[in-house]
Amino acid sequence: MSRRYDSRTTIFSPEGRLYQVEYAMEAIGNAGAAIGILARDGVILVGEKKVTSKLLQTSRSTEKMYKIDDHLACAVAGIMSDANILINTARVQAQRYTFAYQEPMPIEQLVQSLCDTKQGYTQFGGLRPFGVSFLFAGWDKNYGFQLYMSDPSGNYSGWKAAAIGANNQAAQSMLKQDYKDDVTREEAMQLALKVLSKTMDSTSLTSEKLELAQIFLEPSGDVKYEVCKPELLEKLLVKHGVTQAPTEST
Amino acid sequence: MECVFGMVGDGFALVAADTSAVHSILVHKSNEDKVMILDSHKLLGASGEAGDRSFTEYIQKNVHVYEFRNGIPLTTAATANFTRCELALALRKVRPSCPVHIVFLVSQNPYFVNILLAGYDKNIGPSLYYIDYIATLHKVDKGAFGYGSYFTLSMMDRHYKSGMSLEEAIDLVDKCIIEIRSRLVVAPPNFVIKIVDKDGAREYAWRESIKDAAGVSAA
Repeated sequence: MSRRYDSRTTIFSPEGRLYQVEYAMEAIGNAGAAIGILARDGVILVGEKKVTSKLLQTSRSTEKMYKIDDHLACAVAGIMSDANILINTARVQAQRYTFAYQEPMPIEQLVQSLCDTKQGYTQFGGLRPFGVSFLFAGWDKNYGFQLYMSDPSGNYSGWKAAAIGANNQAAQSMLKQDYKDDVTREEAMQLALKVLSKTMDSTSLTSEKLELAQIFLEPSGDVKYEVCKPELLEKLLVKHGVTQAPTEST
Repeated sequence: MECVFGMVGDGFALVAADTSAVHSILVHKSNEDKVMILDSHKLLGASGEAGDRSFTEYIQKNVHVYEFRNGIPLTTAATANFTRCELALALRKVRPSCPVHIVFLVSQNPYFVNILLAGYDKNIGPSLYYIDYIATLHKVDKGAFGYGSYFTLSMMDRHYKSGMSLEEAIDLVDKCIIEIRSRLVVAPPNFVIKIVDKDGAREYAWRESIKDAAGVSAA
């Protein structure tokens, strides 16, 4: 490992590696985990909240889940300030598409467009890469429900189930074992919560430490992105046998 | 003097356009095809400045690039909105591309081209869009541009009904062409008719009363 080649994004190491990009992925490995699972009637995103001080004012904003457009949302893992920039870029790109074509941007095109932006920071300009990985979940009329994962290198691919953030490798192998095609949203939620509870560091799993969101179709045919309310999340944790001893109220 | 008109029928849409390329009092050619096939299931008929009709080629290439890049074709509605957007941007934004004319009364260089876009989408069926040179967009059942529109719109108002068969629609097109030929002072003699349906976009027929070359029989 040559330390001479790691301080500039725009050069390869002799082994053909981009160290800055790899270091960015290291930074994400310390961040709160997020898991996404594709169900036949929707997509589930679950995130582990790292910042859980009782002094924190939790308003309507979320820490892990963000809506990009009416039909598309994402979960983030990594440096939050970097994530905010990219989420804003993604939102603008989605609206720009809708302005030109008067229809929602296909999910893969948005992911590709955002990844092209991320790739730029690994090749020119001399700026460091973004220290964020994303899980994009959404619905479009071409391919239905989709789940994509992207990382600081600007690579992306479509997944049936994926994990990012802390312990993502353990989570990914657990998902590989337990995922079955054509699960319902309920089953996907159960799987996501189970895997997250096993890979999270914290001793007790309560709704305060988690965020859960889903993308599904309403009976009217509109795409809905819904963040689970804490009370409902607590009930789900109990129902799926995932919650441990309830902590005293904070 | 250019005439472009179109209508939507049962499972198809058609666009007819005159085929004369005119410069002042001189007819350069009378078999100029003004209805471009954008992709497998879209037609774009353009009337207006001859140089600006290359705008339709620009749209065609962008439609192709989209399909190559994304693996799926644009819908007719998306194409219509994209086209409208390009026309709208050309009204105000300073464009790096070289302008065709130099003196205009408006701020930048609009493309002086009026467009009828016809397409067929699976699950949606046929559709027709009226897009004029200052980026007006309307989804219509029938539309027309040019001096010929004075006559074709009246004929279509009288005879058009929704869900016409191809034979009925072509009959109406021929009625319109007769009106244009008999009532417009410098009437274009020849026309091309193209249709788009579930089997794709294709040329249907020519209507020639002045033959430069061996062609389809006159109407």
